[in-house]
Amino acid sequence: MEGLAHQIIAGIATGGIYAAVALALVMIYQATHHVNFAQGEMATLSTFIALSIIQAGVPYWLAFLATIIVSFVIGVVVERVLMRPVQNAPVLTHVGVFIGLLLIIGNGTGWIFGYTTKAFPSPFSSEQPLLGGLVSAHELGSTAVTLGVLVLVYLFFRHTSLGLAMRAAAYNPRSARLVGVRVGWMLALGWGLAAAIGAVAGMMVAPVVFLDPNMMLGILLYAFAGALLGGIDNPAGAVIGGFAVGVLENLAGAYVVGTELKLTVALAIIIGVLVVKPSGLFGRVVTSRV
Amino acid sequence: MTTSRRALLAATAATLATPRIAPAQQAPGVTANEIRIGSTNALSGPASSYSVISRALTAVFKRQNDQGGIAGRQINFIVYDDGYQPPRTLEQTRRLVEQDRVAFLFNQLGTPTNSAIHRYVNQRKIPHLFLATGADKWANPKEYPWTIGWQPSYRTEAQIYAKHILEQKPDAKIALLYQNDDFGKDYVNGVRDVLGPRFDAMVKLASHEATDPTIDSQIVSLQSTGADALICGIIPRFAAQAIRRVHDIGWRPLMFMTNVSVSGAVVMQPAGPEKGIGLITSDYRKDQSDPAWANDPGMNEWRDFMRRYIPDGELGDNNYTYAYGVASTMLQVLRQCGNDFSRENVMRQATNIKPLDVATLLPGVKVQTQPNNYNVIRQMQLQRWDGRSWVRFGGVIEGANV
Repeated sequence: MEGLAHQIIAGIATGGIYAAVALALVMIYQATHHVNFAQGEMATLSTFIALSIIQAGVPYWLAFLATIIVSFVIGVVVERVLMRPVQNAPVLTHVGVFIGLLLIIGNGTGWIFGYTTKAFPSPFSSEQPLLGGLVSAHELGSTAVTLGVLVLVYLFFRHTSLGLAMRAAAYNPRSARLVGVRVGWMLALGWGLAAAIGAVAGMMVAPVVFLDPNMMLGILLYAFAGALLGGIDNPAGAVIGGFAVGVLENLAGAYVVGTELKLTVALAIIIGVLVVKPSGLFGRVVTSRV
Repeated sequence: MTTSRRALLAATAATLATPRIAPAQQAPGVTANEIRIGSTNALSGPASSYSVISRALTAVFKRQNDQGGIAGRQINFIVYDDGYQPPRTLEQTRRLVEQDRVAFLFNQLGTPTNSAIHRYVNQRKIPHLFLATGADKWANPKEYPWTIGWQPSYRTEAQIYAKHILEQKPDAKIALLYQNDDFGKDYVNGVRDVLGPRFDAMVKLASHEATDPTIDSQIVSLQSTGADALICGIIPRFAAQAIRRVHDIGWRPLMFMTNVSVSGAVVMQPAGPEKGIGLITSDYRKDQSDPAWANDPGMNEWRDFMRRYIPDGELGDNNYTYAYGVASTMLQVLRQCGNDFSRENVMRQATNIKPLDVATLLPGVKVQTQPNNYNVIRQMQLQRWDGRSWVRFGGVIEGANV
């Protein structure tokens, strides 16, 4: 029984990682109605930028802020330069661009920063391990940060006119343009925000899994499962989904299918949700009048 | 312009059409004054930190050529880049064999890359010598008689850890954490070799995928089995995670880490050097930073080589001591060949090396081969992390005879 409790606690700690990345995925989906496959690589690049700033002697939280701003700018530039020309192209073109971005950013990061594993500092330190060493102060702190970001995202989309304009631009670009929303810039803003949230996720994940250019490769898949489970258009749902995937994966790995099929659990969740309930547990069912 | 191009084309065609018949007694890739040897390495891409190996091998052959070569012949060492991508390894190997007509292949880098050409070179009966990979599958003289590795295999390493555990705690409960691929499974096989029928009763297994973000769940599972020894066959990122997590949950097993994941800078510092105190691993090379080898004749020979042939080389990079050792082995085989560099004789000599001391290997660790045993290096010495560096202890241990 103690083993079960330990698996659940460890699952929640890992789920916090998935939740943070899932939130970034939902963010870009909210803003552009696409899932950006290069999200993980962009976040990894941001994390390396953060590490460089910290190593230059800048205090952690200042570097944290600077990284968010730099990442926001990178996101906007990517949209303006790379996505803009294919704005009206078919979805398949977008997927092609996303995969190209994934390869370019991933390999570029390795080329610039090297492939060796690096330790990343955490702003949350504790003298002794908590809950028998299963959860570190960092994991508690990063969960708090994820929830904080979630609240900010919620407030932004629900209670600011800019948030409303962004949602409008994503859902119905033509009508939005007719009522005076600058759709192009809203998309760029969405990319910037998603990149910024990705940067936060990267900086929260790196102290746990250690930083290398492939850091997000595996995480993105689990995060995607979490986002789908919770509902790809619902930030709160994605966070809950992320935690749920972390716990489910541990329990299934330890007691049901064995560790060899843990990854399969995530894939089964993705397919299961898409087949049974495409909108996810908390997502809005989209119906369109014909 | 047109005529000259036409003339050129005609001349080229004529040259190509002329059958290039080598004298019957001549071995491929060998002339009166040259021996051609081929290799591939990751000169670009994620594994390119290993490219210094090729550089060092080229330098060792250059030194040999400066001293008169082998049996009056100069060594021509050709290295192509495969970027650590198996399809490119196959392409470049075919180029080496079919266009450059090398005598044999030497020290190609990587497990997946060499796997891609394993069948090809054995079908064509080309010596595929002393590969830069620690997988156990290269020591299979029955099915793949033309392929041979060099460094101790991961399986030999696991045998050595299991032997040490049996010595320290004969009734130990062993937990084994491994990556679910050829690399990790070699550790399972090695422990099984030593424990035999007792394996199922004594060992609890947990695997993970290379794509898993964390291995916390596996460590929690293994701890709850009550194991008092832990062997890890995992890559550096997970090694750092495992060392930290095992320490944090207050588990204190006799812990062993694969020697591919024990770098101070890449694993021990990120994990927290104090959390790894007592961790055990193994090595077969002399560590150039160990003061014990400051005046060692073998290491002085290596330092002298570095100073003269690779003056800008990073002396702390142990790929150089590795390359020096494997190149010494290659030269020994070529000397044994006498004047017969046919592929058959090269392979015969490569699999008949009498126990040989090599400058950069630990005292007592020998290079040796027999036609029925392709494990070139079979001994290693254990070492323990003291919080700052690795400290060797005990004698040289030999892997199991299986």
